[in-house]
Amino acid sequence: MRPPADGDGRAGLVALGRRVAAGLEEFYAAPYRRSFARARRDQDDLFMMMVLSEALGLPNPAGFYTMELLPVVYDNFHDWHRRMGMERSPLDDISCC
Amino acid sequence: MNSVVLVVIGLAIILAGYVLYSRYLSQRVYRLSPSFLTPSREFNDGVDYVPTNKFVLWGHHFTSVAGAAPIVGPAVAVIWGWLPAFLWVTVGTVFFAGMHDLGALWASVRNKGRSIGSLSGSYIGGRGRNLFLVVIFLLLLMVNAVFAVVISNLLVAQPTAVIPVWGAIVVAVLIGQAIYRMRWNLPLVSVVGVVALYSLILLGDRFPIELPDTILGLSAGAFWIIVLFLYAGVASLLPVWMLLQPRDYINGLQLFIGLGILYAAILISSPTIVAPAYNADVPEGTPGLVPLLFVTIACGAISGFHGMVSSGTSSKQLEKETDARFVGYFGAVGEGMLALGTIIVVTAGFETLAAWEETYSAFNEGGVVTFVSSGGSILENGLGLPVSLSATILATMAVLFAATTMDTSVRLQRYIVEEIGALLGRRLNTTVATVIVVLSGLALAFGADVSGSGQGGMIIWPLFGTTNQLLAALTLSIITVMLVRKRRPYLPVLLPLLFVLVMTVYALLVQVVSFYNEGNWLLLVLDIVILVAAVWVVTEAAMAIARARNEAPEPDDDELAEANTRDETSG
Repeated sequence: MRPPADGDGRAGLVALGRRVAAGLEEFYAAPYRRSFARARRDQDDLFMMMVLSEALGLPNPAGFYTMELLPVVYDNFHDWHRRMGMERSPLDDISCC
Repeated sequence: MNSVVLVVIGLAIILAGYVLYSRYLSQRVYRLSPSFLTPSREFNDGVDYVPTNKFVLWGHHFTSVAGAAPIVGPAVAVIWGWLPAFLWVTVGTVFFAGMHDLGALWASVRNKGRSIGSLSGSYIGGRGRNLFLVVIFLLLLMVNAVFAVVISNLLVAQPTAVIPVWGAIVVAVLIGQAIYRMRWNLPLVSVVGVVALYSLILLGDRFPIELPDTILGLSAGAFWIIVLFLYAGVASLLPVWMLLQPRDYINGLQLFIGLGILYAAILISSPTIVAPAYNADVPEGTPGLVPLLFVTIACGAISGFHGMVSSGTSSKQLEKETDARFVGYFGAVGEGMLALGTIIVVTAGFETLAAWEETYSAFNEGGVVTFVSSGGSILENGLGLPVSLSATILATMAVLFAATTMDTSVRLQRYIVEEIGALLGRRLNTTVATVIVVLSGLALAFGADVSGSGQGGMIIWPLFGTTNQLLAALTLSIITVMLVRKRRPYLPVLLPLLFVLVMTVYALLVQVVSFYNEGNWLLLVLDIVILVAAVWVVTEAAMAIARARNEAPEPDDDELAEANTRDETSG
């Protein structure tokens, strides 16, 4: 093995440092990814309910603004109502299944 | 005998096991295939299923399975002399723990990364899932009680550890904030965290905190146990990023540092082992070596808890099936090394045989407190640290291991309580479930001992071992059924399974008698419940294996053929 030139050595060290940092990152994050994903989903579910609250019959003072968000949340609507324990869409005007 | 010789022989046995036996297992028995599409690649979702570098994965796997148990078990079990404990740890790691951990990983990887609980439903039969719930509930209940007692004993025996142990919680909270709110980079945070922890150790060493003998009418130990359960209850309700995640991380780093310090000190000071190889003259009241040795040392020789980690998280992150050999088997090797180091410390860290005998004056005397005091003297000779500082370091380390296990186990048991509640048709909210968990742990810690001192946990240590082995037996039955169905050699799994079951049932029967004689009704009932679960495991496993023998063999090369067609279609 030839001794690396100075520039090589520094680049090699930086690359090694990056790999160690990435390994540590993984070591920190991986065991808890599932908990975070679940927490995010719970928050999104609550948000979904707020966006749909007018349609579900709950008066919502911000309804005018949340209506604009409807197209954004449509994609997740099907999974949401199934998670909430409703086999079929609870809203007449959204028929996803 | 010089301890370095023993270390070398022990490491040689364990490493030979890794080089030779794990190769046999992965080629002939489990037949790991580099082309098998692992769950992490098949269902890669960036959350649960993430292909992970095998060294990083080994890091989590090892730090999740190793904790205080491989320290406590051997530290109690050397009462029969160092040789039995040494043999059980080395042979156990090679033929039991490594085989079991690798097997659990393989079983899960071949079943879309499903957990042992779910596999017991499909391989053992309809009742398998409930059986698993019963065993795991008992196991976690005992983990909580036993580790609370271990920690409180250490805090009483080593008052210098009080500041670093509780300070570590503050450090963990600050690390969580530094990462998620201040966006510090992780290597920096790691260095700062470790330095902060060791500064706390120095501080604690200067200012020991000794509690008065009685506080609010409780003994100091009992007081710590109550505080610990309150803490664990609160910690399990906090969002994980605040406390548990940084705490786990720092403890993981600590584990490597600690293992390094321990082995460096042993190698440099090369103390002489003063304890007898076989203690023919055990103190009165010590139970027989067979079967109690095999349940006193669970982690470090074989532990069902590892199967939960293997099948719960590691199997979903394994990039290539052949990595299982390193992650699963070498994970067990790491834990065996910790147990081996402990055996050396608690048999060589004494001046004379008389001093050793004085410490091990009765069964369950000694234990982790001995590990700290005798380890302190080895660290002093080896690394030149003052003895009190060395003891503080080891005590802090042992408490942190035990505390993370307890944190996790309180949280896990909350899920189990909620699940059992759901089976009974009741929806329990998080707080109620946590209160149930904390109260049942406290009840066991205090109720197990007739004297009511809160020291019950150590009396149930062998019971904890039996339950842990029972879980291992359940996992081994699943692996055996899979191997029988595939018509592969199954004796490397079946023989250890039979051994573990015989020892577990035998130990439970021995303890039934001793609990009855002591009039310890709570533990008698608990023992009988575990015995029933053990008989249940034996019956279900025997039936499932017999069924598998009569079924038509599973086509063995299906996966290989599948992989080939995939290669053809993609190429």
